[in-house]
Amino acid sequence: MLLTLTRINEYFLMAWDALKAHKLRSLLTTLGILIGVTTIITIWTTIQGLNEYVYGQLSNIGASTVYVQKFPWVITDNYWELRNRKEVTWKEYEEIEKFASLADAVSPEAYSMKRVSYKQEKYDEILVLGTNEDYMATSNAYPDVGRFLTPLDVQNNHKVAVLGSELATNLFKDENPIERRIKIGSERYRVIGIFEKKGTMFGQSMDNYAVVPIGTFRRIYGGHRGLRIAVLTNNPDKLEDLKDQLRGIMRRVRKTRPADEDDFAINQQDMLTNLYAQLTGTLFMIVFVIGGISLLVGGIGIMNIMLVSVTERTREIGIRKAIGAKRKNVLSQFLIEAVMVSSIGGLIGIILGYAGGSLVLGTMDLTIGVSISAILIGFGFSSLVGILAGFYPAYKASNLNPIESLRYE
Amino acid sequence: MLINIQDLSKTYVLGEIKVPALKNINLSIGENEYVSIMGPSGSGKSTLMNILGCLDVPTSGDYILNEQNVSKLTDDELAVIRNKEIGFVFQTFNLLPRADALHNVELPLIYNGTPRIKRRELAREALEKVGLGDRSHHKPNELSGGQRQRVAIARALINKPSIILADEPTGNLDSKTGEEIMKVFTDLYASGHTIILVTHEEYIANHSKRIIRLLDGFVQSDELN
Repeated sequence: MLLTLTRINEYFLMAWDALKAHKLRSLLTTLGILIGVTTIITIWTTIQGLNEYVYGQLSNIGASTVYVQKFPWVITDNYWELRNRKEVTWKEYEEIEKFASLADAVSPEAYSMKRVSYKQEKYDEILVLGTNEDYMATSNAYPDVGRFLTPLDVQNNHKVAVLGSELATNLFKDENPIERRIKIGSERYRVIGIFEKKGTMFGQSMDNYAVVPIGTFRRIYGGHRGLRIAVLTNNPDKLEDLKDQLRGIMRRVRKTRPADEDDFAINQQDMLTNLYAQLTGTLFMIVFVIGGISLLVGGIGIMNIMLVSVTERTREIGIRKAIGAKRKNVLSQFLIEAVMVSSIGGLIGIILGYAGGSLVLGTMDLTIGVSISAILIGFGFSSLVGILAGFYPAYKASNLNPIESLRYE
Repeated sequence: MLINIQDLSKTYVLGEIKVPALKNINLSIGENEYVSIMGPSGSGKSTLMNILGCLDVPTSGDYILNEQNVSKLTDDELAVIRNKEIGFVFQTFNLLPRADALHNVELPLIYNGTPRIKRRELAREALEKVGLGDRSHHKPNELSGGQRQRVAIARALINKPSIILADEPTGNLDSKTGEEIMKVFTDLYASGHTIILVTHEEYIANHSKRIIRLLDGFVQSDELN
């Protein structure tokens, strides 16, 4: 009885030892793959989280609105040359309004930072925007309470204001702001509407501003200010034509010679998304190179261990061949073993990569999404490395001569 | 005839030197024969065994096994023949060390695509036949030499091969266990199997009904026992 128990215990110990020895070796073999996949998945999930955030933010700028203004949003030329450009003028706005036949809405925009107050509540450096009734369409900004500027307000330079939701709450607390009088700078305005809440863009509130008729703005704060002209088309296919048309009008008004370059910019949301994609694209490339190098090193590790394993198991291969294993049987056996080892590394890498990604995104208060592409990439790359690294050892095994292999000690 | 060998020669090329191992062998073995192949080392008996077992092909001549000429087959074609027609029993048992007895026995069936449940059933039966029904989950290092050789015999039998080819099957066993194993072969012969025994021990060869002696690559004698 005692003997049997000891023997059973011995078997357990032996099995445990064998398993442990094999486990450690497998883990070490797949370490390179693990690190490579972890790196790639961490960055991949981080970038995806950032993408979701950034594209979400950029979608606040309508995709079918273009902006004619002095500076381009993405400056690639010499800034000092751009500084000498002329401001976009009221005259130019009038020409665009008149001749841009592809435009469905055109709004001139002039900006200034002013103190806004109501009774005891005073806020400095509030963005005040002068524009026209088309602003609602070009900026996708609709009143939640009250109304927006009407053509009448704009034509007659009424002293009325539409407030961003945050500004309205700050000024009026629980009071109904409609028809109240506020002061912008030293002038009094009647509040006619409150915008829908827009949230933040890259951490900046989009609801802390006031909109007044452009004529009123120019009369009170000066008509010499440079404008930004927002032009909307409802037909996204016509966007490029519209840009050409605007460019033509601007060049004609400014009497630009054919050989000269534009001295104004036509901006569009995709410039920012393109810039962002370019930046992350570069980051992606760097990560894939780093991840690729780890995978390469990992693959070499797997190939090395598999070659050792094939030599160690020459006799096993001889036995299998003697009793009827074909080349492809032996090849598959060792190839699958290699793929399995590297896939285990890939799997652990995916888990660690997700943990890493959520950690990085967590520091930016962003959440990680479950990305099928990340899982596929992790598994795909690790399996691919397993196949590439395992093929030569497996091929070698499949080509062993059964007679010699059976004699191998 | 189960085995028909005509003008069979095997020459090894070692660098520039040609070493003839078998010279114009002619041999026939019928179904349900019990044959020993004997000879001192260098006589060519290992070479003949490798060719009989379809592990190797002759340099010239023909080897007809079960009405199929196997002397010109490729490696993979030979593997299929080995799987179907030959049951090997080796001196050193040649079991997979990490696999239990049951898995070792079912191994040939894996390579002919027998489904798992059927495989297990057949392997269990084969182990019972050699008296190891209660050892099916033991690994080779948990079995005695005689038991290991019985596992190997069970493995050789599992595919119902035409020939059981045993290469010094008692070479690693003590004489008592060796006798037990020879008894297994005698029983297999009695139940209709064809057995070819390769040995250099007279008393082992004496279990068989026919002894073929090789010397320097020739058949020296071929007589009934």
